[in-house]
Amino acid sequence: MGNWSRFNIASIVLGFGFLYLPIVLLVIFSFNESKLVTVWAGFSTKWYAQLWHNQALLDAAWVTIRVALISATCATVLGTLAALALVRYTRFRGRMLFSGMVYAPLVMPEVITGLSLLLLFVAIGLDRGFWTITLAHITFTMCFVAVVVQSRLLSFDQSIEEAALDLGATPVRTFFAITLPVIAPAVFSGWVLAFTLSLDDLVISSFTTGPGATTLPMKIYSQVRLGVTPEINAICTILIGIVAIGVIVASVVTKQREAQRERDERAAFAQ
Amino acid sequence: MARVASALFSRLVIIIPYAWLLFFFLIPFFIVFRISLSQTAVAMPPYTPVFDLFGGLSGIMEKAREFSLDNYVWLTEDVLYFNAYVSSVIIAGISTILTLMIAYPVAYGMAKAPKSIRPTLLMLVILPFWTSFLIRVYAWIAILKPEGLLNQFLMSINVIDQPLIILNTNWAIYIGIVYSYLPFMVLPIYSSLEKMDHTLTEAALDLGCTPFAAFWQVTFPLSLAGVVAGCLLVFIPAVGEFVIPDLLGGSETLMIGKTLWNEFNANRDWPVSSAVATILLLILVIPIVFFQNAQAKADGEGR
Repeated sequence: MGNWSRFNIASIVLGFGFLYLPIVLLVIFSFNESKLVTVWAGFSTKWYAQLWHNQALLDAAWVTIRVALISATCATVLGTLAALALVRYTRFRGRMLFSGMVYAPLVMPEVITGLSLLLLFVAIGLDRGFWTITLAHITFTMCFVAVVVQSRLLSFDQSIEEAALDLGATPVRTFFAITLPVIAPAVFSGWVLAFTLSLDDLVISSFTTGPGATTLPMKIYSQVRLGVTPEINAICTILIGIVAIGVIVASVVTKQREAQRERDERAAFAQ
Repeated sequence: MARVASALFSRLVIIIPYAWLLFFFLIPFFIVFRISLSQTAVAMPPYTPVFDLFGGLSGIMEKAREFSLDNYVWLTEDVLYFNAYVSSVIIAGISTILTLMIAYPVAYGMAKAPKSIRPTLLMLVILPFWTSFLIRVYAWIAILKPEGLLNQFLMSINVIDQPLIILNTNWAIYIGIVYSYLPFMVLPIYSSLEKMDHTLTEAALDLGCTPFAAFWQVTFPLSLAGVVAGCLLVFIPAVGEFVIPDLLGGSETLMIGKTLWNEFNANRDWPVSSAVATILLLILVIPIVFFQNAQAKADGEGR
């Protein structure tokens, strides 16, 4: 099917232009000399310098990063278990409910998730703040991890696992020696996805937060409501930069691992 | 011994995530429902509890008599809520159709691209989805403002002589939703188009079909699973969207996510916000079940 027509190329170029142009413009205007974000007045990095003196913003960034690290790690463990449960155990009581609970959070409007978690925390008398945000983030991001890991598990050759079990390895050992290394890239990209979703979340954090725990999106949101400023463009550019570097590193690592695996396989067959 | 360990391992794999989701996802909905039946009070938390979780069965039965549907009656009495639900569904529906119209050609182009560049294209679709949602919505404010970049551009090439008013209208919300949710639509359509057997289209063409008819009679129906999944992935969250109508929409834009947020944060009326959330969930329950079934079916095919 070599007929990649002009129409196909045009729709890709236009589609990607639409996706990237706003982000590119935002980054460009973060280097604007003028306070007006829509009129170019020369190159400057002064807005970045100003960020370093904004203590409230730095505090919020630190809270956000800690929440994201803890919640992404817990969500990866829980999400991987959920994916294993869905793929490996096709029959257990309440499986329908379980798969429903894994998929529903993917589309659930954030206002509902946020409100319901807040009411839970109030009902059980948990002090709201850092830990309630973290628990909330674990809950909604673990389902994204589950879906990512699940798709890898579905394309996994189960006979290797069976071989290990036949040769006398315990299920736990089989999991750590066989399954985990094979699904590791998916688990890793699940972690990165959970991390960025947590980093990004505004609505659920706003509902579940308490005094003293303000995350960066909450801070950005309260400033955005007052208007567009180059300082916000600068924070956003830094965040975009971090994510872009993370994603590029992740994809390079994954590619190398894949290549390594292919080489190993070929070597194994050659012998 | 090994068998016991094996059984224990498989139990734990299921029980740990199961228990977590039950406690942090399912039970909270019942609490929302419970609080939607209670009275507003000026206190902290600002509602009178209808029953407390540890009151035992008799406590629950006794308190059950105090259930009140006042909050739901209140929702039907004020036309604002009804309008907000209707306009959320309409706005989400229009946005979903617009997203589909933009996403389909992109996904189609990607599926037809040379195999070597497909992973790169896929990466490029996923990448914006990793950058902050809030940032991407925010970026549009500077573009759509009356003195913003879009108007500057259109006026400089003499297409218009008056700035277009887009920001704070429903058009800005459509643009915001289409932009933010585009990858959710492109990915499932792309994956169904990529799996498709292209000899079918070729057969249709050989048998004298015009390319247009071949597309509508062969390609499109075969990609329908992806189209449905994409539409649900956009429509369901868009109905309850808060950030986009709040930042890009005007003060008169009614969307239920925004209403709920205001009810909760500005009016501090938890029972009414719970009732708003309960009704929203009831509206979305059918599309959500559709989505779960589609998802479960897709997993079944992967086996």
